[in-house]
Amino acid sequence: MRVKVFNGEGCRAKGSDEVYRALTAEVRSQGVQDRIEVIEVGEEHCPGYCTLSPSLLVEPSGMIYQDVQVRDAPGLVQNLVEQQEPLSKKIYSPRKLEEIPEEQETDFFGPQLFWTLRNRGRIDPESIEEYIAMDGYQGAAEAILEMEPEEIIEEVKVSAIRGRGGAGFPAHIKWKAGAGARSDIKYVVCNADEGDPGAFMDRSILEGDPHSVLEGMIIAARAIGSHHGYIYCRTEYPLAVRRLSIAIDQAMGYGLLGENILGSGFDFHLQIYQGAGAFVCGEGTALQHSIEGKRGMPRPKPPRSTDKGLFNRPTVLNNVETFANIPQIIVKGGKWYSGVGTEKSKGTKVFALSGDVRNIGLVEVPMGTSLRTIIFDIGGGIPDKKKFKAVQLGGPSGGCIPEDYLDLPVDFEAISQANAIMGSGGMIVMDESTCMVDMAHYFMDFIQDESCGKCTPCREGTKRLLDILTRIKEGQGEEADLDRLESLSAYITDTSLCGLGQSAPTPVLSALRSFRKEFEAHIIDKQCPAKKCPALLHFEVDPEKCASCGQCYRHCPAKVISWQKKESAEIDKEKCIQCLTCYEKCRFEAIE
Amino acid sequence: MPEQQTLTMNKQSLVFQEGETILDVARRNGVFIPTICHMEGLTPSGACRLCVVEDESAGKLVTACSTPARRNMALQTESKRVVSSRRNTLELLLTSGNHDCLLCPANGECTLQDLAFRYQVAGTSYPRQVQPYNLEAVNPLIIRDFSKCILCGRCVRACQEVQVNNAISIGYRGKAGKIVAAGDRPLKDSDCVFCGECVQACPTGALVPKDARFRPRTWQTEQVRTTCPYCGVGCQMFLHVRDNEIHRVTGVEHAPPNEGSLCVKGRFGFEFVSSPERLKTPLIKENGGLREASWDEALDVCVSGFKTAIDRHGPESVGVVSSARATNEENYLIQKFTRTVLGTNNIDHCARLCHSSTVSGLGQVFGSGAMTNSIADIEKAEVILVTGSNTTESHPVLSIRVKRAVTQRGARLIVVDPRRIPLVDFAHVWLRQNLGSDIAWINAMMQVIIEEGLLDQDFIDRRSMGFEELKEALSGYTPEAVQAFTGIEPEDLRTAARLYAGAGAANILYAMGITQHVCGTDNVKSLANLAMLCGHIGREGGGVNPLRGQNNVQGACDMGALPNLYPGYQQVSDPAIRDKMAGAWGVDSLPEEQGLTATEMFPRALQGDLRTMYIVGENPVLSDADSTHVRQALEGLDFLAVQDIFLTETARYADVVLPACTFAEKEGTFTNTERRVQRVRKALEPPGSSLPDSEIVIRLAKRFGSSWSCRDSSDIMAEVASLTPQYGGIEYCRLEEEGLHWPCWDLQHPGTPILHCDEFACGLGRFQPVQSSPPAEVIDEDYPLWLTTGRVLYQYHTGTMTRKSRGLNALSRERLVEIAPEDAGTYGLEDGDEVIVSSRRGSIQARVGFSRAAVPGTVFIPFHYAEAAANVLTNPRTDPVSGIPEFKACAVQLARVG
Repeated sequence: MRVKVFNGEGCRAKGSDEVYRALTAEVRSQGVQDRIEVIEVGEEHCPGYCTLSPSLLVEPSGMIYQDVQVRDAPGLVQNLVEQQEPLSKKIYSPRKLEEIPEEQETDFFGPQLFWTLRNRGRIDPESIEEYIAMDGYQGAAEAILEMEPEEIIEEVKVSAIRGRGGAGFPAHIKWKAGAGARSDIKYVVCNADEGDPGAFMDRSILEGDPHSVLEGMIIAARAIGSHHGYIYCRTEYPLAVRRLSIAIDQAMGYGLLGENILGSGFDFHLQIYQGAGAFVCGEGTALQHSIEGKRGMPRPKPPRSTDKGLFNRPTVLNNVETFANIPQIIVKGGKWYSGVGTEKSKGTKVFALSGDVRNIGLVEVPMGTSLRTIIFDIGGGIPDKKKFKAVQLGGPSGGCIPEDYLDLPVDFEAISQANAIMGSGGMIVMDESTCMVDMAHYFMDFIQDESCGKCTPCREGTKRLLDILTRIKEGQGEEADLDRLESLSAYITDTSLCGLGQSAPTPVLSALRSFRKEFEAHIIDKQCPAKKCPALLHFEVDPEKCASCGQCYRHCPAKVISWQKKESAEIDKEKCIQCLTCYEKCRFEAIE
Repeated sequence: MPEQQTLTMNKQSLVFQEGETILDVARRNGVFIPTICHMEGLTPSGACRLCVVEDESAGKLVTACSTPARRNMALQTESKRVVSSRRNTLELLLTSGNHDCLLCPANGECTLQDLAFRYQVAGTSYPRQVQPYNLEAVNPLIIRDFSKCILCGRCVRACQEVQVNNAISIGYRGKAGKIVAAGDRPLKDSDCVFCGECVQACPTGALVPKDARFRPRTWQTEQVRTTCPYCGVGCQMFLHVRDNEIHRVTGVEHAPPNEGSLCVKGRFGFEFVSSPERLKTPLIKENGGLREASWDEALDVCVSGFKTAIDRHGPESVGVVSSARATNEENYLIQKFTRTVLGTNNIDHCARLCHSSTVSGLGQVFGSGAMTNSIADIEKAEVILVTGSNTTESHPVLSIRVKRAVTQRGARLIVVDPRRIPLVDFAHVWLRQNLGSDIAWINAMMQVIIEEGLLDQDFIDRRSMGFEELKEALSGYTPEAVQAFTGIEPEDLRTAARLYAGAGAANILYAMGITQHVCGTDNVKSLANLAMLCGHIGREGGGVNPLRGQNNVQGACDMGALPNLYPGYQQVSDPAIRDKMAGAWGVDSLPEEQGLTATEMFPRALQGDLRTMYIVGENPVLSDADSTHVRQALEGLDFLAVQDIFLTETARYADVVLPACTFAEKEGTFTNTERRVQRVRKALEPPGSSLPDSEIVIRLAKRFGSSWSCRDSSDIMAEVASLTPQYGGIEYCRLEEEGLHWPCWDLQHPGTPILHCDEFACGLGRFQPVQSSPPAEVIDEDYPLWLTTGRVLYQYHTGTMTRKSRGLNALSRERLVEIAPEDAGTYGLEDGDEVIVSSRRGSIQARVGFSRAAVPGTVFIPFHYAEAAANVLTNPRTDPVSGIPEFKACAVQLARVG
């Protein structure tokens, strides 16, 4: 019997490594090594179903155990040894995991369409042979051996694929500009500096199918006449960097990279450059400065990167997901690709679904799928019987979309009409317990911290926005603050140097637009309706409901609750630190 | 001519040319657009966002500094939206720190203040933020007040893109941003060279000179434009003057040759002018001491001193040393005085010690011994070969051009220097030749170029003669054959040869490492041969460019302060010229014999042939080789008159000391290293009764009965122009904005930035084959180490001026013997040990400093320090043609003290 513990980067974050080690130790201590083999498997077998983790697969039975904790190890091993039924609460699906991607019956996988993530979990990402077996490098071979650069760009044009980094700029226009630029040296650069909180689409592609990115870049290089490329990958993705290095070495070994690719006379060299953790380096010009060894700060455009980019040479810069889509566009044709999607947004899009939703994970859907389908069908809806409040799209540069827009089809135009942005694909679901002031504050704190400091509006302006939001959160807000937020936001959007600054106020503005009442409640009523802003909370015991159990008294870290047996508790409001402990501990809803 | 197009700005139709930005168009048409971070000539930064204008056609705000003008743009530069944005930006900046104008030294010259006033922004919308970083004052020259820093990045670009010193950058992120040096250390512990470019670039009071709080603010001072008194670059500067004192110096923006840049000496080294040690009255030697005297008395003593010598021993017994620090006009008068009043050609100046071999060497090959191309032209070179020049320390502002050419224009740099000078960090090829092996490596380079067919045959055929002889002389100079002597790997030498010869335009920059050898003239000729072989002469970005060391050493040569030449390099030996000069100067005849060179004067004095000397603004006790003998010579003179601004080491030997004026106290012109004649303007009244050198000479001449009228300096220049063909078109009114490059033949002539364009000064260029020879003194068992001398950044020459500046001294207080750690091991020395360095001529005591620049087997000693004068050790053997001593190579021994 073999137990496979899913132990990829994401699972580890939830403690899978500890579970793996606990199981290994348990098997040894029960002396059943000859009967049960415990192995760890990484991203290459990842089903992308983060909600399950830490999870494991038992072979040959095909049982999946989900949400396994270290403390489950003894019982679990014993069950397996005794060939008993699995712990019922741990079972998810009796089907074999390998079959799941084909399995379209479940709510989770049913509406999904795996194009970008086509190879994820099906091939060993460290094996170029397996990639080739899945038609890998066929697109590159066709592009280099059989197609003229104009034909490649034409195919990309027919596919109508738009940049997956967030702005949705049509790829073929960028490529055409790159191809038309006159220079003996040109660069193809892959932006793998995925930095939005809650986004991990690119990481999954790089770790699960690195060759698809390489192949996309080779095709782009051929299309624009570039012989040197960089993959700018954030250093926080060590596994991705390792997989990419292996992939580059393997492709070099097969003559698919380097000098004289496939004997065609076409050269393309590729190297990885690791970013040092600045969010702003996801901005194209800052990224290029970073590769040049300079401080990663944006520069004004024009000139466009396709005229003067990296090292002042024409540069085509696309994101991981864009490149990963290119090979199949060449193999299956642009028409095939544009067969799916909406009028202006074609193909599929990968989203990192997270937040207050049952099924957290990576999903890929055809453009045009509604947010409701993604959140309620694939995502399984909101847990704990809570109500949906909003979904934040596009990370810290994006906005929140309220319930009214849930039937909105996912497409670049529709989302920006709803005052959010597609962004790179981060999708954070928020339930009714989310305070929108707090949410705006969180994102502004992030942006303010990540502002590179070059231009005045972003450096100084976001600091002031944060100050105002902090004030409101703390009950010090005044009515004029809402106007200040709006006018300062408008100024920052109008005047900032780069996209990061220009979009910095979006979370604030969109929250303000859809949830203005909540802001007003903080300012005028000095209340936080979602009960998230501690400074605005006053805790009181309702003697009618109080069961005199003493839980609140026992758990209060500040020792400000007085209680005696058979008497209702009382909170010293002066000394209360608004930590919410008593509120959460009370089983009788007596504290409000 | 690019196509003209139009756009609309504030409803007005304006013409623009392709490539212009919105800001360019606005400025050209007098439309005001505020800027803070924008710096002319650099790539736009777009950081401050104050230059935003509204592009109505696109419906958005765009930055004028970075956005190219486009056809049919409809722009508003002061619309409501624009003004609102600017006011927001100013509000945010004003509240970002401690912008209290009342106590700010930058009050009145602060861009932030000006714009706050213009847009009526008070900085009251937000609470003022407290800056987390403390003020830094732990260096002698610059204060960094981070609470006034608005992170515009100008200082960083000034440091990285203008001066290319790369000492500071922006550190940390966002609101925590800070301008940092060397990973956030104080400036003094970083690569900062204190050029102060950042101070000049700072739009607020965040970067100010150290003592700015105790000085008048800029608007309270008068700004007098003049020319820097230090090296030969001739930077244009403003002296900020009030109450007869210089309070600050700034570079003149938009003016050649420095375009606003200065170095640490030019910007911060002005303290000497107001030094209490300045000479204020004439001094006369009495009873072994010097006593104050009146001008009448002192000049009478001079006259009788000279007259006695002339009467007893003839005019040839008098020697005059003129000054490369003095103006053209003064040098002209001094040589005229020497020739017409004293009646001798015994006049020379310190060019003898620095570039006399250049004058003779280049003269023989090209017919003219000056820099062939301009300073600005360096940036047009594809390849730059720097040899024997520690450019960043000796000519800092000129070195900017080299660094910019390499880092911003893709030029390739070849450095040939035994020491690891700072420029090596920018070099693509660094050849580390043995001391004194220059002819060998240059010949070998030429041999490679000929062998590989990389020469410019067309140029050789059309423009030169003597190529076959050169070719013949080079046989045998293969890189392999010279390797043992030069120490250069053959393949490296070939790489350098191919690089130099393969360039479309290649520039050679050299200085004293080439000239100060017994084979100095031959060294120079070799370089000239090399340039001519590849046709890198008479074109933009090319040339052979000797970097002159002193502010007016070029001019002093031009003015004929030379024993064999009249002004304009006219031969003393030519009777026709002699007659012309005699006529013009109103004398019956002029001495025919060529006079003594400066390096000949001291040996002659020791022999008793030379009895009397008049030394103006020179300090041979420190500056000349083998100074022990110089001292003996001075002691033995019958009469010595020294004219200077301080009581120098040389002045202490004088019978009469005449107090002169500094550059800031007189009118005149200096000619810089690129042959540009530039104005010197009077900013201060001189201290005490000191007088300009010109006035002193005129008074002396009058006492001898000459009828020179006391005129102003522009009249003297008119006389110079009338007798000096190359200066024929020089007139003060033509020099007001920027100087003129000689030759400038007449008043209509625009000057000549590049020499030898169509033909050489001597018609065809003459290849001068030369053979390699070793230094005059080589190391042996007794004296096993080489000694080479030179300058350091913070000091200048014999320190007469720089050592009066507390700031400069604090940055290089010590006289150090630079030594390679390997040698230190051999001699059992620790860093900082006191050592005795001895040569066959004397010994000095100094402290040892380990250096990564040093060459194993060679010690380097700067010659600025009187207390450890390197020239006690140096070899006085001279180049037979030019008379230049071999300062760059002699043999010494080293012993630890105690």
